Amino acid sequence: MPSWNIIQAVNDALRVEMRRDPRVVVLGEDVGKFGGVFRATLGLIEEFGADRVIDTPLAEAGIVGAAIGMAMYGLRPVPEIQFSDFIYPAFDQIVNELAKLRYRSGGQYSAPVVIRTPAGGGIKGGHYHSQSPEALFIHTPGLQVIYPSNPYDAKGLLLSAIRSDDPVIFMEPKRVYRAAKGDVPEGDYTIPIGEARVVREGRGMTVIAWGAMLHEAEQAVGQLPELDAELIDLRTLWPLDIEAVVGSVSKTGRCAIVQEAPRTCGFAAEIAALVQERCFPRLEAPIARITGWDTPFPYALENDYLPLAPRILHKLRELKDYEA
Amino acid sequence: MASDDIDRSTRLALYRSQIEIRLLEKRAYELFLQNLIKGTSHLSLGQEAVAAGFAVAMRPDDYTYCTYRGHSHTLARGAPMLGVLGELMGRRCGLMGGKGGSMHLTSVAHGVMGSYAIVGAHLPVAAGAAWSAQLRGSGQVSLCFFGDGTCNIGAFHEALNFAAVWKLPVIFVCENNQYMEYTPIRSVTAVEHPAADRAAAYGLERIVVDGNDADAVYRKARESIDKARGGGGPSLIEAMTYRTSGHSRADPAKYRPPGELEEWTKRDPIALYRARLLELGFEESELRAMDSAVQRAVDEATEGAKASPTPPLEVIDKDVWADGGSSWRN
Repeated sequence: MPSWNIIQAVNDALRVEMRRDPRVVVLGEDVGKFGGVFRATLGLIEEFGADRVIDTPLAEAGIVGAAIGMAMYGLRPVPEIQFSDFIYPAFDQIVNELAKLRYRSGGQYSAPVVIRTPAGGGIKGGHYHSQSPEALFIHTPGLQVIYPSNPYDAKGLLLSAIRSDDPVIFMEPKRVYRAAKGDVPEGDYTIPIGEARVVREGRGMTVIAWGAMLHEAEQAVGQLPELDAELIDLRTLWPLDIEAVVGSVSKTGRCAIVQEAPRTCGFAAEIAALVQERCFPRLEAPIARITGWDTPFPYALENDYLPLAPRILHKLRELKDYEA
Repeated sequence: MASDDIDRSTRLALYRSQIEIRLLEKRAYELFLQNLIKGTSHLSLGQEAVAAGFAVAMRPDDYTYCTYRGHSHTLARGAPMLGVLGELMGRRCGLMGGKGGSMHLTSVAHGVMGSYAIVGAHLPVAAGAAWSAQLRGSGQVSLCFFGDGTCNIGAFHEALNFAAVWKLPVIFVCENNQYMEYTPIRSVTAVEHPAADRAAAYGLERIVVDGNDADAVYRKARESIDKARGGGGPSLIEAMTYRTSGHSRADPAKYRPPGELEEWTKRDPIALYRARLLELGFEESELRAMDSAVQRAVDEATEGAKASPTPPLEVIDKDVWADGGSSWRN
């Protein structure tokens, strides 16, 4: 089994599905001849041709809009938005068109588009190459949101996403794009959308994370075994695997959520609300959120902004020691 | 000394501005290789004449709006080298105290209203600034620089139409450096000149200028700025140029066809301009003295920036709100 990074896993998933399903097309800025700014689409144009691997003009609303039209009429487009910070020009197409097509047509049709987009901080990109906008899309009914943390999940989930009959925002953690390596099966396999993974079992507290911050959380809980933390990688943010979350918190009685996006109205807030609704009698401490700051993303202070392992560890100690 | 429509001191200013940009950006590249500048950066090597030609023609209170490839425009307006290099290095002495970095240089005191890293975002903004100038009767002109790739995004067309309908004192300058990031602009654009060939759609004159000739750029700049200041409305100018470096720091630009870089290097704007000045009777020694002075200034700014600390954690939540902080939120 080859050991790949996330970029290689994504590339392979696209290749596997394009070979299997002639309806799959890839489009975006520099995705063809250049192979993508992070090289996730490298080599696809050589194998599948310029009709299925499309170099577009620089126009995100156009890219997503065209993908919607393709999907409405039988194709399975996988547009790439070069950085998730560049998704906002296409926000109208995503929120007002893509997400609503099935509902507004009374179920007559949908647009099975998978928007791939590298997300999150960690490359010293500053304000417009670092944001993690998952909450905006979770807040939009009609979208599935996937945010894997490792190559194995990235490939299996991307294959599921392309085969899904509803649209997906597929966020790729660029901080660990190359750093997160692991065994990835060759050929076809899928990971179901909506299933979290228990990374590490424990009884002392539940720690929930996704994307690049999963690795920070893993480092933190590994440093202090007496926390006896159970670490959950959500993998799919929406639909949320609420059973996995509730099951774990019911067992541990304490819960921390790690999120690199700004704190206020982030997905951690929604998870916290769901946990207190369903686990209230079992909770032994306030639910902890360990998040980015409520500020734009700062260039020089990137490592202070992100909830990295030391900050996570500090908060988890507090959570462990909390007594009502 | 040969004389024409451009006087001696203006020519020296054009030369100096180009040299400042070139030498500072070369230094920025070195600092990247030394890992003193992190992340990415987008250089204007080979495109200096556009920034210099316009900036020298501008009034100090005119506005500059530019892109993530904005070191050149920021410097050309007179922003200090220490502030620019410091920002690139994420130091306290940086123009924004290290919070922005290379792609977001802003210096309101020098009329640099920001470098925008979302393609097309600043074109409507520049139109709005021009509306403000018009309403206030200030006589200010708004200059908006962007790349060829921008001409295919919706905001370009929205802003051009605004400007034309409202006859705004704004000048849109497309720096056509031939590449939309890593893709040849011609392969993704319906017309040969992505900006100029669209001018007719907004009732504007089709203007293409040699962007590697600082005099040619300066003349077009004067003409369009005078027109805008005089109430004659907007202009759309396409400056033909070439970036001799990659799209960004990490890009070796292997996608260039063989010979293309060499052809454009022969038309290097600074070499061309230097030769012209000598032809016009400027002294070699005078130019050399200017080169040395600029190099010294770059060296001093480098040392100053290196000596400046990184920003402390306490500033992370400053300037979110008008009171300077974010008191109730964090």
